[in-house]
Amino acid sequence: GVLEGPGTECAIRFILIQNRAGKTRLAKWYMQFDDDEKQKLIEEVHAVVTVRDAKHTNFVEFRNFKIIYRRYAGLYFCICVDVNDNNLAYLEAIHNFVEVLNEYFHNVCELDLVFNFYKVYTVVDEMFLAGEIRETSQTKVLKQLLMLQSLE
Amino acid sequence: MPAVSKGDGMRGLAVFISDIRNCKSKEAEIKRINKELANIRSKFKGDKALDGYSKKKYVCKLLFIFLLGHDIDFGHMEAVNLLSSNRYTEKQIGYLFISVLVNSNSELIRLINNAIKNDLASRNPTFMGLALHCIANVGSREMAEAFAGEVPKILVAGDTMDSVKQSAALCLLRLYRTSPDLVPMGDWTSRVVHLLNDQHLGVVTAATSLITTLAQKNPEEFKTSVSLAVSRLSRIVTSASTDLQDYTYYFVPAPWLSVKLLRLLQCYPPPEDPAVRGRLTECLETILNKAQEPPKSKKVQHSNAKNAVLFEAISLIIHHDSEPNLLVRACNQLGQFLQHRETNLRYLALESMCTLASSEFSHEAVKTHIDTVINALKTERDVSVRQRAVDLLYAMCDRSNAQQIVAEMLSYLETADYSIREEIVLKVAILAEKYAVDYAWYVDTILNLIRIAGDYVSEEVWYRVIQIVINRDDVQGYAAKTVFEALQAPACHENLVKVGGYILGEFGNLIAGDPRSSPLVQFNLLHSKFHLCSVPTRALLLSTYIKFVNLFPEVKTTIQDVLRSDSQLKNADVELQQRAVEYLRLSTVASTDILATVLEEMPPFPERESSILAKLKKKKGPSTVTDLEDTKRERSVDVNGGPEPAPASTSAASTPSPSADLLGLGAAPAAPAGPPPSSGGGLLVDVFSDSASAVAPLAPGSEDNFARFVCKNNGVLFENQLLQIGLKSEFRQNLGRMFIFYGNKTSTQFLNFTPTLICPDDLQSRLNLQTKPVDPTVDGGAQVQQVVNIECVSDFTEAPVLNIQFRYGGTFQNVSVQLPITLNKFFQPTEMSSQDFFQRWKQLSNPQQEVQNIFKAKHPMDTEITKAKIIGFGSALLEEVDPNPANFVGAGIIHTKTTQIGCLLRLEPNLQAQMYRLTLRTSKETVSQRLCELLSQQF
Repeated sequence: GVLEGPGTECAIRFILIQNRAGKTRLAKWYMQFDDDEKQKLIEEVHAVVTVRDAKHTNFVEFRNFKIIYRRYAGLYFCICVDVNDNNLAYLEAIHNFVEVLNEYFHNVCELDLVFNFYKVYTVVDEMFLAGEIRETSQTKVLKQLLMLQSLE
Repeated sequence: MPAVSKGDGMRGLAVFISDIRNCKSKEAEIKRINKELANIRSKFKGDKALDGYSKKKYVCKLLFIFLLGHDIDFGHMEAVNLLSSNRYTEKQIGYLFISVLVNSNSELIRLINNAIKNDLASRNPTFMGLALHCIANVGSREMAEAFAGEVPKILVAGDTMDSVKQSAALCLLRLYRTSPDLVPMGDWTSRVVHLLNDQHLGVVTAATSLITTLAQKNPEEFKTSVSLAVSRLSRIVTSASTDLQDYTYYFVPAPWLSVKLLRLLQCYPPPEDPAVRGRLTECLETILNKAQEPPKSKKVQHSNAKNAVLFEAISLIIHHDSEPNLLVRACNQLGQFLQHRETNLRYLALESMCTLASSEFSHEAVKTHIDTVINALKTERDVSVRQRAVDLLYAMCDRSNAQQIVAEMLSYLETADYSIREEIVLKVAILAEKYAVDYAWYVDTILNLIRIAGDYVSEEVWYRVIQIVINRDDVQGYAAKTVFEALQAPACHENLVKVGGYILGEFGNLIAGDPRSSPLVQFNLLHSKFHLCSVPTRALLLSTYIKFVNLFPEVKTTIQDVLRSDSQLKNADVELQQRAVEYLRLSTVASTDILATVLEEMPPFPERESSILAKLKKKKGPSTVTDLEDTKRERSVDVNGGPEPAPASTSAASTPSPSADLLGLGAAPAAPAGPPPSSGGGLLVDVFSDSASAVAPLAPGSEDNFARFVCKNNGVLFENQLLQIGLKSEFRQNLGRMFIFYGNKTSTQFLNFTPTLICPDDLQSRLNLQTKPVDPTVDGGAQVQQVVNIECVSDFTEAPVLNIQFRYGGTFQNVSVQLPITLNKFFQPTEMSSQDFFQRWKQLSNPQQEVQNIFKAKHPMDTEITKAKIIGFGSALLEEVDPNPANFVGAGIIHTKTTQIGCLLRLEPNLQAQMYRLTLRTSKETVSQRLCELLSQQF
């Protein structure tokens, strides 16, 4: 039989939000990379993702990992995970995250992510932590964000 | 819901971001940034104390500048100051800055840890959350040292808020991943398992990830998680789509949690408790049933979430590989997806079916989809989907469909994307060899490969066809005839000229009787290609010519004329010139007898692992080549021709050890006279049945297989046509546990099935192995499992031997393999700084403590693979420790019952020479010696 279980490394290696021109709107790293390596990864991800069209899958092999990505208007939301991780679960985790952003920023657009970059990190940490999915309930996440907002 | 205006709260930041966005050029941007940096620096240095708001704003601006890609070398202290603010927004920016710009200044680390400590103790859930997120994001060793004791307490405390528990669980997970040695198991572990029962599904979601990781390393301690996970899963999958409220996503109840629970269950074999097992089977059936129900929504989110759970359930079914009914249902479900309109689903179905193809229960069911898969190869628009189709065809290939699959792959090759051609060529070459019943078909296939995709046919492929033709005299005449015909084409690929030249040089005489392929015709044909070829091919052709001189005396003068021409004798290439001169001289001075001896037909090649298979493994990376490929290789030994590999009989196990009686061998059925010696092509096991000793010598390939397990714990250890032995093992400190799976591949019962563990004398006192006997009857198609508990008492060198004896039909079978329990399994990785490393390195400078080995690379020298092997070996891989970045250094501790031995290692590759130097330093000579031996085999 096939005996290998899931890997022991963290599931998510990084999350990237990039626009079509390759500008990074969010980079969240769950593994140690040095700055040059990060830059290289950002460029490589942009190169592999932007050449694909709607007839392609939402998954791309990437080095020893894979990228699960989804395009929303001009933004690519990309999650890099282990090759044996569950593709569809991460694809929907992206969508769940986008729906939360959309609710939080009232019809989110690229500029919201630019001007509120420090808040986007909070949203990410509520939903993903240590490379794992932390919370999936939109209601719970938004309630918590609303509470934090009231502390400002 | 909160409305967030652009940059609210920090007007200055919003203005600055707008300014940057309005910059027309990179230069303007840099100018604006420098102006801002100067401003911030002066504010930070100014006499006037900044208020919290300004500090927050400036730190946030610095962060923004850093994220734009500029270096920031100040502001850390101000960020740290923000941590002690009582205002959430200030604290948050402080923590964010620190998480993004991790700094190794020890004074800062002390201050940061202090602030975190205060926040953890604050009992304010918001502050506790921020502090835990910071630890989880940074995850440094210093933080692990400071908080690995505290975080578990927060996690299991009765009064901790749910959201804090979620953060604490994942924070602990991060610390465990980076510094497992600092997270001791304790009272908290059993309470963590019970978080699977928590009312808050968010807590369960976070805790399941933690438990999964802990269970992978400490399966015994987290065994109770299996039944809890099954009952949680069962409650989720049977709930109505609205029961779970917040956790229902597009009518699918808790999809992410379900996926995580199913992954947790993949850390374990099928549950032993029949009630739990039954409940799990029900869950899996329910998930499969739901896939057949009409969708509750047309939204893709609904089907994705539902199918995420379905695919994970199928992974678990494949992992267990024990319920034929579920496996076949899974296969049918995937079969439906193969024709789904969504590309994602077709892709995932192809991928998942690939693993199903390797289960004996579902292999046949997978094969029924061959036409759909072939169609995918022809029609899919996304190259990665076509790639999966190729993978699946390869995985489902067996003797019954090999001709069809190879033909389809060949025809696909004509139009295949350049990116996957080489891999398809390798796969076709392997399948053609593996399933060649008829070697004429094999030769045709390889020549077709060269014709269609000559540029992608690597040396390994054409070397291999020559090895096979030389080793099989029944195909030599056909091969000569076929290459001769193929060479008639006006433009043929240089690889064909190589194969043609080599084969005609050896076997051209077999077709020389036909006037259409007389010696002179053969020579003229080859020589017509000569001038179009590269130097190495020309060199090969010159050798063919001198072979012709021996085979066909009638063309000797023609060939001598060619060799004598200026273009040969005075060739600018030294190799060609030398060959021409020497061959000409040889043909002139040597007698016919000497010529015949020197230029004799090549002797058969020793049988070895297909170089093509090795190449494919390299291409796909060691982790992605399934064991099936290895096992198929074993099965195909008899087809490869050439002498059967002789059993390796060097091990001490080939003579009965004095302790044999203690191990119950005396009770084993005495070997009967044995079946008549098998004629060629018989089962491998027959080789042993005549053996006079009670214990069979080690099975062929056993040593290689053993070496493959040094850096990994799971996989197939042995396989022949009757029996498959799989292993799954885990080690923690000086203890280990190995699950041995014996699979009966036939449809006939094995009787008196008796596996025995044999430890040479010296090993017995060093390695303590405990196991229970297995049921002596193994039904056809069944798999039995044996658990071996392992305790490392002191360091050891030899490996135990697993001897299996049973009766199959009328014959007595006796197989021995080395069990891959090696010293490095008891490694715990140790992270350390460069300074620490070299300090310890110097402390171990006594000559007995160091063992060094310089050796030639046996595998391609790939950095990533090397890293993975060192990590798989068990030591920590220390980055940025060795001043030469090309070197690898590692550190770890070998745990034995009596002592712990610190180990340092350093591997220095020399790419140019294709050599390595491996140095081991430990406090014990025998340990250095053994680790060095084990690791040297891996590269």
